[in-house]
Amino acid sequence: MSGRVLVGVKRVIDYAVKIRVKPDNSGVVTDGVKHSMNPFCEIAVEEAVKLKEKKLIKEVVAVSCGPQQSQETIRTALAMGADRGIHVEVAGKDYETLGPLQVSKIMAALAKKEDAQLIILGKQAIDDDCNQTGQMTAALLDWPQGTFASEVSLDGDKVKVVREIDGGLETIKISTPAVLTADLRLNTPRYATLPNIMKAKKKKIANVKPADLGVDLTSRLEVLKVEEPPQRQAGVKVETVEDLVGKLKETGRI
Amino acid sequence: MAAVGPLARMARLGSSICRNHRLISNRNSQRRGIASCIDPSYGLTDEQKEFQKVAFDFAANEMAPHMAEWDQKEIFPVETMRKAAQLGFGGIYVQPDVGGSGLSRLDTSVIFEALSTGCVSTTAYISIHNMCAWMIDTFGNNEQREKFCPDLCLMEKFASYCLTEPGSGSDAASLLTTAQRKGDHYILNGSKAFISGGGDTDVYVVMCRTGGKGPKGISCLVVEKGTPGLSFGKKEKKVGWNSQPTRAVIFEDCAVPVINRLGEEGQGFGIAMKGLNGGRINIASCSLGAAHACVQLARDHLLVRKQFGETLSNNQFLQFRLAEMATKLVASRLLVREAATALQDGRPDAVSLCSMAKLFVTDECFNICNQALQMHGGYGYLKDYAVQQFVRDIRVHQILEGTNEVMRMIISRNLLTEL
Repeated sequence: MSGRVLVGVKRVIDYAVKIRVKPDNSGVVTDGVKHSMNPFCEIAVEEAVKLKEKKLIKEVVAVSCGPQQSQETIRTALAMGADRGIHVEVAGKDYETLGPLQVSKIMAALAKKEDAQLIILGKQAIDDDCNQTGQMTAALLDWPQGTFASEVSLDGDKVKVVREIDGGLETIKISTPAVLTADLRLNTPRYATLPNIMKAKKKKIANVKPADLGVDLTSRLEVLKVEEPPQRQAGVKVETVEDLVGKLKETGRI
Repeated sequence: MAAVGPLARMARLGSSICRNHRLISNRNSQRRGIASCIDPSYGLTDEQKEFQKVAFDFAANEMAPHMAEWDQKEIFPVETMRKAAQLGFGGIYVQPDVGGSGLSRLDTSVIFEALSTGCVSTTAYISIHNMCAWMIDTFGNNEQREKFCPDLCLMEKFASYCLTEPGSGSDAASLLTTAQRKGDHYILNGSKAFISGGGDTDVYVVMCRTGGKGPKGISCLVVEKGTPGLSFGKKEKKVGWNSQPTRAVIFEDCAVPVINRLGEEGQGFGIAMKGLNGGRINIASCSLGAAHACVQLARDHLLVRKQFGETLSNNQFLQFRLAEMATKLVASRLLVREAATALQDGRPDAVSLCSMAKLFVTDECFNICNQALQMHGGYGYLKDYAVQQFVRDIRVHQILEGTNEVMRMIISRNLLTEL
């Protein structure tokens, strides 16, 4: 086994920013808005670095698809302990339509090229909440998947994954190579230390174009409109139970 | 560990009903850097932005949630500071060979500015600790550096800077604590006043008189806690800076080994002043962080609070006031960062620039925080709201590490002596 883990990291609008819709309803304002690494991607990086510290894997490679600024996100992963980075350059129109299908094709191609043993991704991105990239990547590679992982343990060429599902916790054992997606409680990501940030400067980030990987970026989706959720309407106060039942019948609720 | 902590916490908090509660529980998220003209990451290198990010995250997750409690209960947050030291914040501009992070003065300013948004008082103490570690690193011999710096950088041990006395504040060179040479020890007699961390810290960098009057008779000694003859006064009750204890440090025939002297006899005052140059940038940086946090708090309040049928943000006076606050904040930031660069490069104007930065920035940032409090109306006066703590905490920045009056003395001396 190569002992190499690919970790996907996505540059998203910072979770604390108040999102504003563009006046033409074509999307969300991103210019000049603070961006950072997707929180679930941070958890994925942390898990990979932990596996390396336990000497269960040998190398952590951080991958990001996007414009020039995605390199900042890779640098953050490097500062957390990833060994090197791969920046897949996607800009302009291609970046606007970049979605899970395209990214999973890229990840699959890279996994083959880098002979990866594991791919660890965040379960979803906080901007589109798709929750698809991990699953699609596994399907394209025909690899097993351990999604919504809240606990991961490596054992030889098998991985035991405890998954957070609607009914509770499910434990599965899958063979490597595999795709895992990180859920909230998998770990608590570390702060980068000042020395590690400085060491990260020396780590390499390779630039790759999607065409080099033979990936077709055309989107099969078209965004028609983006709008804010409807304003919360004021409630109505009623005096008696009869009034309440009356109102409920009026609005067709019962 | 940027978003996960608050995300999980906010998920647990759910949707709070009362507007007041929402303001309080949103405090942390609202203080995170939101892009606009006051974004403190503009003009920084990618690496500096990474340092800043770690510091902001640490401030938001580890400090801001506890800032009020530390203030009200007067807790010296040893564990949190040790966590900060693990990240390299214990000796930011101390050399790496003794455990420091070896960063520049500008990197340091950026870091303290960010940390200060989480808790001014704790960050200010961390900056004093850093200053002491740097003094030992820079002016100590190898034995002293190896003995003290590693523990200080990890905050296994904490440090205090002892210059001020009951009888000598601005007139620091007139200090009276004597250190009489007796064989291979100095016998110290006297007392120091207003010592940050005093009584709870382990390593005291003490300026004392080994020779005649004036600055040339002053030497710098490192005194360790537990040395017989070293005792402390009562813990002072302060308006702010309550997460650090402040006590008098008393020497009664306290014997300190000569090998604990930094540099030669008579060099102590110079060492003290050189420490303070950096200290002034650090304190100014702490004021910057507080002002930045307060501008965001004020802005958020203006967008929420309604009077006369509309949000306060529609009121032109308040809009203009906010603009003035933001302008002064950015101007202050530029001055501090320039002073930091000047000090790092050893420029001839470094000392004056550090004094100018300290003078201008501590004054302007106090005004910014004070105006932010005013914009909150009655709520600004309640301890439920963070803005009053920022005001109380940074008020003292105009006084210590050289009063703003002394800063004027330094600057005017530079102007009038060059003829």
